[in-house]
Amino acid sequence: MTELLEVKGLKIAAPQKDGSEIPIVKGVDFNVKAGEVVALIGESGSGKTTISLGSLGYTKPGLEFTGGSIKLHGNDILTMGNDDLRSLRGQKVAYLAQSAAATFNPAITIGEQVTESAVLHGVMTQEEATIRATELYHALELPDPELLGGRYPHQVSGGQLQRLMAAMALVGRPDLLVLDEPTTALDVTTQIEVLKAFKKVIQEEGSAAIYVTHDLAVVAQIADHIVVLYSGEVQEQGSVDQIINNPQHPYTKRLMAAAHAGPKPGMGDKLSGDHDKDIANVQVKDMTAGYGEIRDGKPAITVLRDINMSVKNGHVVGVIGESGCGKSTLARVIAGLLPAAQGNIILDGKTLEGSYKQRTKLELQKIQFVYQMADTALNPKQMIGEILGRPIEMFQGLTGKKKREKVAETLRMVELPVEFENRYPAELSGGQKQRVNLARSLAAEPEIMLCDEVTSALDSIVGSNVVKLLKRLRDLTGVSFMFITHDLSTVAAFADEIVVLYAGRIVEQGPVDEVLSPPFHPYTRLLISSVPEMKIGWLEETMKKREMAVGIARGVEITAVGCPFYNRCPIAIDGTCNIKTPPVHEPTPGHQISCHHSLEDILGFENAPQQVLHGFEKAAPDDAAIL
Amino acid sequence: MQRMVIQRIIIGFITLWVVSVLVFIGTSILPGDVAEIVLGQTATPESLAAYRAERGLDQPLYMQYLTWLGGMFTGDLGTSKAGGASISSLISGRFGNTMLLAGIVAIISVPMSVVLGLLAAMYPGTWIDRILTFGTLSLISVPEFFIATFMVLIFAVQLQWLPAIATMSPEASFWETIGSMAMPLITLIIVVAAQMIRMTRAGILNVMNSPYIEMAILKGVKRKRIILRHAFYNAIGPIVNVIALNLAYLVSGVVIVETIFAYPGLAKLMIDGVQTRDLPLVQACAMIFCGTYVILIIMADVAAILSNPRLRNPK
Amino acid sequence: MTDATANTEESTIYDELPDAPPKKKLELTWVGKLGVTVVVFWLIMVFVGPYIAPFHEADIMAYDSYMPIFSTTEGEGFHLLGTDYIERDIFSRILWGARTTIGIAFTATLMAYAVGVSLGIAAAVAGGWLDIGLSRANDAIISLPSIMLGLLAVNAFGSSIPTLIMTAGAIYAASVFRIARALGQDIMVMDFVEAARVRGETMQWIIFREVLPNAAMPLATDFGLRLVFVVLFISSLSFLGLGIQPPMADWGSMVRQNLEGLGYGSYAAVWPALAIATFTISINLIVDDISASSGGSLAKKMI
Repeated sequence: MTELLEVKGLKIAAPQKDGSEIPIVKGVDFNVKAGEVVALIGESGSGKTTISLGSLGYTKPGLEFTGGSIKLHGNDILTMGNDDLRSLRGQKVAYLAQSAAATFNPAITIGEQVTESAVLHGVMTQEEATIRATELYHALELPDPELLGGRYPHQVSGGQLQRLMAAMALVGRPDLLVLDEPTTALDVTTQIEVLKAFKKVIQEEGSAAIYVTHDLAVVAQIADHIVVLYSGEVQEQGSVDQIINNPQHPYTKRLMAAAHAGPKPGMGDKLSGDHDKDIANVQVKDMTAGYGEIRDGKPAITVLRDINMSVKNGHVVGVIGESGCGKSTLARVIAGLLPAAQGNIILDGKTLEGSYKQRTKLELQKIQFVYQMADTALNPKQMIGEILGRPIEMFQGLTGKKKREKVAETLRMVELPVEFENRYPAELSGGQKQRVNLARSLAAEPEIMLCDEVTSALDSIVGSNVVKLLKRLRDLTGVSFMFITHDLSTVAAFADEIVVLYAGRIVEQGPVDEVLSPPFHPYTRLLISSVPEMKIGWLEETMKKREMAVGIARGVEITAVGCPFYNRCPIAIDGTCNIKTPPVHEPTPGHQISCHHSLEDILGFENAPQQVLHGFEKAAPDDAAIL
Repeated sequence: MQRMVIQRIIIGFITLWVVSVLVFIGTSILPGDVAEIVLGQTATPESLAAYRAERGLDQPLYMQYLTWLGGMFTGDLGTSKAGGASISSLISGRFGNTMLLAGIVAIISVPMSVVLGLLAAMYPGTWIDRILTFGTLSLISVPEFFIATFMVLIFAVQLQWLPAIATMSPEASFWETIGSMAMPLITLIIVVAAQMIRMTRAGILNVMNSPYIEMAILKGVKRKRIILRHAFYNAIGPIVNVIALNLAYLVSGVVIVETIFAYPGLAKLMIDGVQTRDLPLVQACAMIFCGTYVILIIMADVAAILSNPRLRNPK
Repeated sequence: MTDATANTEESTIYDELPDAPPKKKLELTWVGKLGVTVVVFWLIMVFVGPYIAPFHEADIMAYDSYMPIFSTTEGEGFHLLGTDYIERDIFSRILWGARTTIGIAFTATLMAYAVGVSLGIAAAVAGGWLDIGLSRANDAIISLPSIMLGLLAVNAFGSSIPTLIMTAGAIYAASVFRIARALGQDIMVMDFVEAARVRGETMQWIIFREVLPNAAMPLATDFGLRLVFVVLFISSLSFLGLGIQPPMADWGSMVRQNLEGLGYGSYAAVWPALAIATFTISINLIVDDISASSGGSLAKKMI
């Protein structure tokens, strides 16, 4: 194979006002052969996105190329004039951004945006481009390919937009595709669907690609060659087989260690016997909640329906589900941020008021909510000492020196240096900010912490360190956790119990090892099968499984009757699952599965009878409906 | 979407109502008893009382307000104290003059501003942008009377091309009228355009930081198309809003310009009304100004709603 | 716990990388610095102007009106910028006028801010009927042209400096209200404000410790713009003869009083106009510079 792209000694830096430079990329070499997929892997700050944009001759504002060369077909991109650069971008090299939702122009139809670059560069006429785009929509398995072009970006779902962006990149038949974390923001079940589509079109089109990500398991499915980056330098590079199965460099090994291992029973360090398992710390009883005006106990938009669950003293309960399933809403209802329309929240045996405004100070102290994004959760104009000192002052009544000591102690608990009390949030890294965010809730000395996706926005290494910290805090303080996430692996390693939410209803819950081993609710099975494994060929393997057959192509629909999973379930029974509320099976004490099938049928899932395929071929025209 | 438009119109009416209360209260705190001013110092208590009774001035304030409001709805704007002429007839001529001036200024300045604003945004940091930015910044920083005076100095005093005073006579031909309006026209175009050019540029540059603009750059889209197709469509809302504000200003805020050039417009009429304590006249003018403002802002909001594909094409 | 120690050892080798290159500190370009210099000069003149001025603002020279620049009068002295329509020294009157014009505008803007920010933030924080009521009243004030309102106020309460300040303050409080309310609403939806509410913080704490510090910078920038508007507003009122009354010197009325001179080739009206322009343009230059340095520069990446 010939070299398509040659990157040699590439240096990119941020020039400062005083003439100095902050180096971002410090001399990087790698090659991309025609038809080959090269993965750039590293954490945020590793320079991977900056390098990938370099192959389009582009740097983010504030950055500059300071050395080296990037040659495409032997021509150096860095010395090209504007006209050449313009015809390079979009025509020879095409870019796919991380967030398609932000990258599509809200005011222009999808069709125009997809075909724009091919038509502008004179590669094809508008008619040809439109035909080609429609072919790509088909290849990417997008619904309604004929009508899609006339829609606006807000009218389709996130997963569809991500695939549409692939169509936008591929329309002009570029030599090289640059994919910048294209599946990171997606739910697991959507992620594999998009991955599969990407892999298929890349193979069919025969174009080379640079795939930027921090997720080794994803890389294992799609890449031929891996470049491991840290702080703007290449640590190690080699074939996918060599890096995944025989990593040499200590940093690569560390990345591997932090990467997800597929969720399996027995992964976590479970509770020691001295926890009192029977006392419920927080209980949720027959709760229904949602947004808008509440009439006759029904909110205008129902988000959660008939929720029954509890968090026992010192336990960690993982709440899992896809975006839009209501998992964050559940935590907000418990915290009193959103009063429930029906049902009760019980704390230590006492029923709580629905709204935090009517709760006592002690009750507010006992339940602490931890926000997902530290950036918006911490006041940028307050120093860390002030942020942590305030709950200490309010809930423990400490002031002056005692307060400062307690702040220092709290910082130590979250493994941050005491000097941080004099810093502002902007002076901290993402992981450090998340620790401060946890510390603020911890400083209140709560009984239960409701953690809303606290690791989702973090890189794998930073995220796994935060989970380690949470485990330590649980052992140290005996605080209970409700841990909301879409990441099943984290939950498997950390939680005592799991609650699986789907479309606002609990479909399965129980001790973590029970939920992760058969019998499974069909949805739990789909979730488990969707978590990428760091194994070459996993994607093809998992796509053959029965639960994938129907499950992934469907959107979430919040239904009032029947089983919420009905329209995605491969073993759904027409006339039953869509009409009647499923009964609850209890295979072992505390493990509950809501399903119309008998436990035997669920166990023998692969052979379970299926009464109807509820018209999957037609495909739901608009799985955007709830997004 | 329809609901939003209707909502916006209802809010407009509420604003108009609040304005009517404010205007009524505001004008009734003006010192001096209307009857005394009108009838002069020689008036006897009986004639004063008769005058008050005739005009309803002896009634409680809220009754006077309701009567006035009722008159507004039926088009009866009351009678001016000066010669007892009906206010409607007094205003109509001036209103025409004002609309003529505002209309011509709008026709010239709006397209010019949008084009220049887009041009500045298209080539940020270049000399053309710098000249436009600094030029408009200087123009919005100096008082209007300064610009107007400068115009007089150049065109009327030095070059003697144009008359310094805008006399509007009904017998004048179209070109004579335009000629006598030239000075206020030029002044207003400069004042209004400076504001609109800056805001158009700012509105465009504001959306220029969006990821979709970066995507367009990475797709190799040309500068002109990025601005005109990708950025402009998303900046229509704020730009239309600024245009509406400036048009409202053209109807109501041109006091200084009308004074300097003695242009017989509505704003000048209201000034005279205030100084002569002609309350019904002041009230009527204030309601016209406010109504213009509210209508223009509603139109801008509706345009913004219509230009938003999210609202135009629901899911 | 062995797990945790192993982790700390490792992390010394590969520290968590910073999210992004360190934020650039606000640094003005030379244009901005020029603006600051001019504004500071005028602010100093507000305090020392009358003391260093060669003549009193009301001093009438017994020689000639509309004298050109650099002229001297016998026994009285040198007139840097000449004399005005009733034989007063223009240079001195501009220095005195700085105190009147800028002083009044500054006080009025401060007042507009005190009223506008407190009501705007209150509306944003409290919401509900307070917000609806204040917003509608505010719409009504904004919908009336400011010169008209000024005219009405001067006619009702007479033309005095306190009236001027109160009028300008009240009119511009409306636009400050709009901005403060919008800023407040943006901040109120942030998670840290919700966190403070759930902690049981008082309204006072939320306003003063959570919302206001985050609104301070944009409000400060807007203060500059508002000050320019107030200077222009007061100058316009003076120009109409409704503002500062003679013999007090203020830049707006100085322009009006000397307008006739233009016809005789005297530039007496130009100097006070230039004084206004240098002050207002400089403030705008600073504001422009600040907003340019905070905005991204994707626009410059277009090719």
